Amino acid sequence: MVNKTNDFWVFVETNEDGSAKNVGIELLTPGRELADKQEGKLVAVVIGHNTEAAVEAASKHGADQVLVVDGPEYQSYSTDAYAIALTALVEKYAPRAMMIGATNNGRDLGPRVACRLETGLTADCTALAIDEETGKVAWTRPAFGGNLMATILCPECYPQIGTVRPGVFKKGEETEAKAEVIKEDIHVSEEKIRTKILEVIREMDEDKVDLENAEIIVSGGRGVGGPEGFEPVRELAKVLGATVGASRAAVDSGWISHAHQVGQTGKTVAPKLYIACGISGAIQHQAGMSGSDCIVAINKDPDAPIFDIADYGIVGDLFEVLPILTEEIKKSRA
Amino acid sequence: MVNYLFATEEQKELANEARKILEKELKPRIDELDEANGGLGGYPMDVHMKLVEAGFYGAYIPQEWGGLGLDPVTLGVIYEEMGKIDSGFAFSFAGSGCEFPKILKTSMPDEEKQKWADKIINEGAMGSFNLTEANAGSDAAAIRTTATFDEATNEWVINGTKCFCSNAPTASYFICIAWTDKTKRASEGVTAFFVEKERGVQIGKQERKMGLHLAGTSDVIYDNVRVPADHVIGQVGKGFAEALGGIKGAGALVNCCSSLGMAQSAYDQAVEYAKTRRQFGKRIIDFQAVGFMLADMETKIEAARALMYESLVCARDGVDSKHVDMMIKQFITDTVMQVCEDAVQVAGGYGYMKDYPFERYMRNAKIYQIFGGTNQIKRKNLMKVIAGKDPEAVRK
Amino acid sequence: MKMLVCVKQVPDTTEIKIDPVKNTLIRDGVPSILNPFDGYALEAAARIKDADPSSTITVLSMGPEQAKAVLKESLAIAADKAYLVSGREFGGSDTLCTSYIISEAIKEIEKTEGKFDIIFCGKQAIDGDTAQVGPGIAEHLDYPQVTYGLEASVEDGLVKVKKETEDGVQVIGIQTPCVLTFTKPSFDPRYPTIKRKMAANRANIPVLAFADLVDLDPNKIGLKNSPTRVKKTFVPQKKTGGMKIAEETVEDSAKKLFTLLSDSHVI
Repeated sequence: MVNKTNDFWVFVETNEDGSAKNVGIELLTPGRELADKQEGKLVAVVIGHNTEAAVEAASKHGADQVLVVDGPEYQSYSTDAYAIALTALVEKYAPRAMMIGATNNGRDLGPRVACRLETGLTADCTALAIDEETGKVAWTRPAFGGNLMATILCPECYPQIGTVRPGVFKKGEETEAKAEVIKEDIHVSEEKIRTKILEVIREMDEDKVDLENAEIIVSGGRGVGGPEGFEPVRELAKVLGATVGASRAAVDSGWISHAHQVGQTGKTVAPKLYIACGISGAIQHQAGMSGSDCIVAINKDPDAPIFDIADYGIVGDLFEVLPILTEEIKKSRA
Repeated sequence: MVNYLFATEEQKELANEARKILEKELKPRIDELDEANGGLGGYPMDVHMKLVEAGFYGAYIPQEWGGLGLDPVTLGVIYEEMGKIDSGFAFSFAGSGCEFPKILKTSMPDEEKQKWADKIINEGAMGSFNLTEANAGSDAAAIRTTATFDEATNEWVINGTKCFCSNAPTASYFICIAWTDKTKRASEGVTAFFVEKERGVQIGKQERKMGLHLAGTSDVIYDNVRVPADHVIGQVGKGFAEALGGIKGAGALVNCCSSLGMAQSAYDQAVEYAKTRRQFGKRIIDFQAVGFMLADMETKIEAARALMYESLVCARDGVDSKHVDMMIKQFITDTVMQVCEDAVQVAGGYGYMKDYPFERYMRNAKIYQIFGGTNQIKRKNLMKVIAGKDPEAVRK
Repeated sequence: MKMLVCVKQVPDTTEIKIDPVKNTLIRDGVPSILNPFDGYALEAAARIKDADPSSTITVLSMGPEQAKAVLKESLAIAADKAYLVSGREFGGSDTLCTSYIISEAIKEIEKTEGKFDIIFCGKQAIDGDTAQVGPGIAEHLDYPQVTYGLEASVEDGLVKVKKETEDGVQVIGIQTPCVLTFTKPSFDPRYPTIKRKMAANRANIPVLAFADLVDLDPNKIGLKNSPTRVKKTFVPQKKTGGMKIAEETVEDSAKKLFTLLSDSHVI
């Protein structure tokens, strides 16, 4: 595909109620920088139904232009409807580059569209820049389970596409909503949508685990010893208003559900505070939380790799440390 | 990692696969299982079934009966590898004395035999060999269990109590050795019977043992248990040979392979410990007192392994192994005990603590010198063969 | 159901270590395994076959000769037939080219085996971690797709997939032919059986080379035709450790931690 503009696109995924998912708004932050470097507009692309809230959020977070595709067929995500709409937009405007939030849907959509446009996609990026030599976007991402970082270029094809996980970038400050909003009339008929949602089973609210947006996460690992071992972890999380996380070891042992998993094959998080309890800190886990502002580690093993990245570490038994910490916090709030 | 130098690629693959399954399903739970039921332990049937599903159980059963017909050497490689994870589990899984060939030696109709082959292969049906009694250990002829023939119903009625029966708590069938003619000598008056559990066999309380907690052991009580005449294994009156003769090579298979794997594991971990533990500014492995111990441990294990596989190769290839079969049990199990004890010594204070597996290996190792024929009895047997009869002995 | 499962041989990334001197990955001695996510895909296909024993499972891998090991493993677990796609010409392909090659291989196999109803893929490979090849194959074949599958079943010719979402599970209905990618379900994949293992060792695995993919456009494969290329790789900078709190008693340590965190306004 040829390239017609220097614009940088950010795909803003929407929820079923038309509001924007956080990740799209987060991506406007690096998007701004890259659009400026490319000397193009920062364009937010909103696809969904009843999308006014999403459009406003994009506009308030720095988008110069918002392209909107709104219709009932987009209310729930489907590969076909979204791929058709996004491809049509890209073919019409031919932007230079595009970012998509690597949510489950984003990782479903991105590669499909990249393939359709016969262009390159770099997935799960953790850093973005403009490559001095070529002027193209340099997409940096982890590989080999987080053991290696690779910087990728898409030197000849357009648009250059990348997906970025939620939480990697932070939402910018809200400003005045000044974006130019363009409504695109793209519709997809029912017979073109080849999948159908037959049933939706939401996890119980208590089970709803929002790790990516959590400010504080208290995580349990192999040291927790069993499902009951998560009790002190949950207690501490409760007094801190934190979300409970877990390492792959705890999840694989069946002590807690996969939704709580932090790490290369779980969620990537970057909260203000991450408390790792009984977690050794293998590289796969580090890959998912090393971006946290403050890391506290509690582990019986003084050689646990987690101590290499912790801001504060206690070599001790989490079953002794956590209740005391919880008590101190309760006292201070009394 | 299979240690046997001449293991084929296929043998290594099978052994590694069994090991992989145990590493995932059993290893994380060994400490918990070892202390379960108030310290009794118990055989984990769920792990057993995973291996059954993967086709490892009853793998020795000949192909014409639906089995894989794996030969003794292949089985040895597999059991040794399993023993590295837990020898008690491997020992129970391999189930000695009650293998399918014994069922084949009954005069039950073929469909009945096939039924049991299927039960073993597909359902993981376990057997338990019942010889020992409270008053009859090494003196096996002193057993008091009897079987009397009921002409009217063409059945044998078995009465008696067997003790220290391995696998009894989870067994579906039993091999019972009983007197059928007290007027004769043991070699003519004792018979071996195949007894299904449903015939009314009762299982006693699980024994509290020093070690081998993952193997279930208990009394087996025969209270007027009736079996049809065709359940006799081999010939009436020839049961003693059936019980004690053992199957050449296969006798090594279960006890020796499972325990040797454990010894290898104890040794490997002792080496690792000795390489990381530093005292007096050095790794303890660099002190000859410790290094020599480890060197001897490895040498003895290799020697035991060589002897064991020699016996198994003879069994497989139909070569007369001469006295090798009479040497293996005591040589290998004495080696295993020595190695496991030394491993505790190398690991020092930590070796004594339950945080490390060394103490469990040592607790497990002891029984191997006792069951399956004590190592003293084994030496007596070899001695008798070497010495032959004294031509000038005065006949009593 | 005629099913095809794409599998990849990958290094066991949980075993990878970093050379502290050269600051590079130590790849020697790292065992090669069947990509775990492909194992989940294979299990999903196997379950459909359990329910409908007339179904068949073919496995396909693109890789060097050594990749036959994971094809054999797949045969030992549940597959009936296996194919290897291998050739120098394919080397250096990025995900766009790889998914193109694989879709062409599928079409080539279909010429003799007949059309597959469902193509199964693992969600991502644990070395590349891109999760792009599955959807790429779907796009090249122009099939509908469902990603993040946990389980699948077939009812009256309609495929139903249980799909993992951020806040729960959805059941998606999809027509055949289709592409499904799988993530880790709540159950464990089955183990291979000895019988199948021994048969797999003796199985003949045909190799599809560049010349065998007769409809393949050579301008769409290999390093020079890949839209993305690697500019550089590096070992990630590790965050350096901070302070260890080691007071007299554990209680004092915990209290000190609290003080430090609250003083710096973290909590």
